[in-house]
Amino acid sequence: MANQTNSGNERVDLAYRRRKNAEEMRHQMIAFVLMILLTLIAFAAVGYEEFSHWFVVPFILLLAAVQVAFQLYYFMHMSHKGHEFPTMFIYGGVAVMLLLVWAFTTVIWW
Amino acid sequence: MSTIARKKGVGAVLWDYLTTVDHKKIAHLYLISGGFFFLLGGLEALFIRIQLAKPNNDFLVGGLYNEVLTMHGTTMIFLAAMPLIFAFMNAVVPLQIGARDVAFPFLNALGFWMFFFGGLFLNCSWFLGGAPDAGWTSYASLSLDSKAHHGIDFYTLGLQISGFGTLMGGINFLVTIINMRAPGMTFMRMPMFTWATFVTSALILFAFPPLTVGLIFMMMDRLFGGNFFNPAAGGNTIIWEHLFWVFGHPEVYILVLPAFGIFSEIFATFSRKRLFGYSSMVFATVLIAFLGFMVWAHHMFTVGMGPIANAIFAVATMTIAVPTGVKIFNWLFTMWGGSIKFTTPMHYAVAFIPSFVMGGVTGVMLAAAAADYQYHDSYFVVAHFHYVIVGGVVFALLAGTHYWWPKMFGRMLNETLGKMTFWLFFIGFHLTFFIQHFLGLTGMPRRVFTYLPNQGWETGNFVSTVGAFFMAAATIILLINIVVTTAKGEKVPGDAWGDGRTLEWAIASPPPVYNFAQTPLVRGLDAFWLEKMEGKKELTPAEPLGDIHMPNSSFLPFVIAFGLFVAAFGFTYHNDAGWGLPVGILGLLITLGSMFLRSVIDDHGFHIHKEEVLELEKKEANA
Ligand code: HEM
Ligand SMILES: [Cu+2]
Repeated sequence: MANQTNSGNERVDLAYRRRKNAEEMRHQMIAFVLMILLTLIAFAAVGYEEFSHWFVVPFILLLAAVQVAFQLYYFMHMSHKGHEFPTMFIYGGVAVMLLLVWAFTTVIWW
Repeated sequence: MSTIARKKGVGAVLWDYLTTVDHKKIAHLYLISGGFFFLLGGLEALFIRIQLAKPNNDFLVGGLYNEVLTMHGTTMIFLAAMPLIFAFMNAVVPLQIGARDVAFPFLNALGFWMFFFGGLFLNCSWFLGGAPDAGWTSYASLSLDSKAHHGIDFYTLGLQISGFGTLMGGINFLVTIINMRAPGMTFMRMPMFTWATFVTSALILFAFPPLTVGLIFMMMDRLFGGNFFNPAAGGNTIIWEHLFWVFGHPEVYILVLPAFGIFSEIFATFSRKRLFGYSSMVFATVLIAFLGFMVWAHHMFTVGMGPIANAIFAVATMTIAVPTGVKIFNWLFTMWGGSIKFTTPMHYAVAFIPSFVMGGVTGVMLAAAAADYQYHDSYFVVAHFHYVIVGGVVFALLAGTHYWWPKMFGRMLNETLGKMTFWLFFIGFHLTFFIQHFLGLTGMPRRVFTYLPNQGWETGNFVSTVGAFFMAAATIILLINIVVTTAKGEKVPGDAWGDGRTLEWAIASPPPVYNFAQTPLVRGLDAFWLEKMEGKKELTPAEPLGDIHMPNSSFLPFVIAFGLFVAAFGFTYHNDAGWGLPVGILGLLITLGSMFLRSVIDDHGFHIHKEEVLELEKKEANA
């Protein structure tokens, strides 16, 4: 069974693996820089007096969602093979919770 | 059974069970404690029926009636049905997928002890002022006003602890089924009970967190000065109802899907025919689980959500009847043309179909939102859910007990006594609950401790009480059967019924600690049947015989759960007594301390050597 999912297979050609790892590293670096940038933007948005709360709150929530995606896909390797089940269950959970929030906002609070 | 068969003292056996991480022994633990709570809940049911047997009765009055009623529902759902289902999952699923244990044996033991101490804590309320009295649903508008004693706090903390245990169990089975299937056991070759366990575990994973959140809010409101559900301080009591039912409706499917799984195994085995429409069965199970998350508000039609919300939830609810119907037809077609053997489990399976269908039909009636204004909170609802839960879940648990008893304990339950249990239970069940439909339709409200004469309810209630005693008699015969069997039942071979289809029947009864000496190769659905049809007596091995790695026993799961038990006492009383807070903290320290120990102590398990395995297998073959 494919339960060793995010470690490389030694039998695969070394040069190929080198290249692959380098590429991976580059992605991680880019994601890392982007995440720092997003964090700075979030701080700036909150700090800047001119923006109304109605803009800032949804905006930083959006940034947060992007951060989560970066975290999952670049740092926790969710895009790699063998993560189908975790992916399925994470999105399943997200769907259930969104349904709940949607129902609460429409049925209870309005 | 231990690696080396030898007589052990009572103390040694007890210690063995307190520290075990073996899924087969954990199954025994779940079976015994779930069975005990089933008897307790049954006793409470008898008390309820005695009180209602005649008008103006005074056997259990007012507050005490509320406590007994609440504890009956809570015990039956959380402490009897759930653990009994877990008993069979533990006993059977690793065997059905050809595994040596579950993915996380330590966590498995921890899950059991969490459930156990949660249930124990809940029942301590009887001796400490009073049990919870706001119904098993514990609506906030009632429970926040229940201030005479700590009953509700026992409910919140007890269910919180046992709920964690359930969540652990669910995650464990998900990982086990995803990762530990034997070579060749693709998803579409998994036995139906394993499929049901898989889907149920996913339901647990998604449904228990809302309950956890609700219980935390409730705990805050009752013990720590919170106001989540208190309208006077800006809270909202309806939020509890939503959180509870977002959990509660999936919960009824958490109970019934494994029941469907058990019956699927039984129908195929005793019709001696492959399950009809296997892939549609899988699809229907997944679909039921999916839809099960979108219907919770059908329990709240009368709350005042408005016509649009009511209509949406009504339609969503009715659609569940479709996949359920698919399953019913598949079971009928499995029997069609089969060479049927009417064993005790098969009796339950055949009786389950009409009984459960009746519950489904009243369910669709209830789902019609406008009509539900009439049915809601009447005995009609009581009749509905007992038809699905007793006619579905309890029948399945009894059937499963007879079906897998030989596999779990190596001895066959007596068939004559088994059939007596069945008939008494079957008659008693319909006697008790059929008439309640009409009591409800003529206006008898649920959860009332008495009623006045001359409203046309006397006969119905009396009949209902008589039926309850039939079920009690059936249960007593089952207990006698168990005692007789344990004392001198006939020993059985691995394929105890002679018609086993799935992997669990290919190994000894009870199985050796390591289950499979060699991991089997699975070549199709009903893997064992397939081999038998080719004239083989054993499975094709997928690996050479070798040393088998096993996990060590541990006392830590018990201690971790015990710490939470202590902590729950402390926090329950922290507003009334000075010792509350220190005891609460002490309990948490016990738990966290033993978790720390678990993390730092290296535990590599041990090996059963090849020679030992060979010797054991030889002994089995000669026995
Ligand atoms: C076709 C399938 C089903 C439908 C359409 C259905 C529909 C409903 C509806 C509308 C109610 C709310 C009635 C009211 O309070 O006024 C209800 C209550 C209930 N149902 Fe079902 N149901 C179905 C199957 C099941 C199954 C399979 C189970 C359990 C195994 C179950 C267990 C319950 C329970 C426990 C309640 C009562 C909860 C309470 O108020 O204490 N139902 N059902
Ligand atoms: Cu429901």
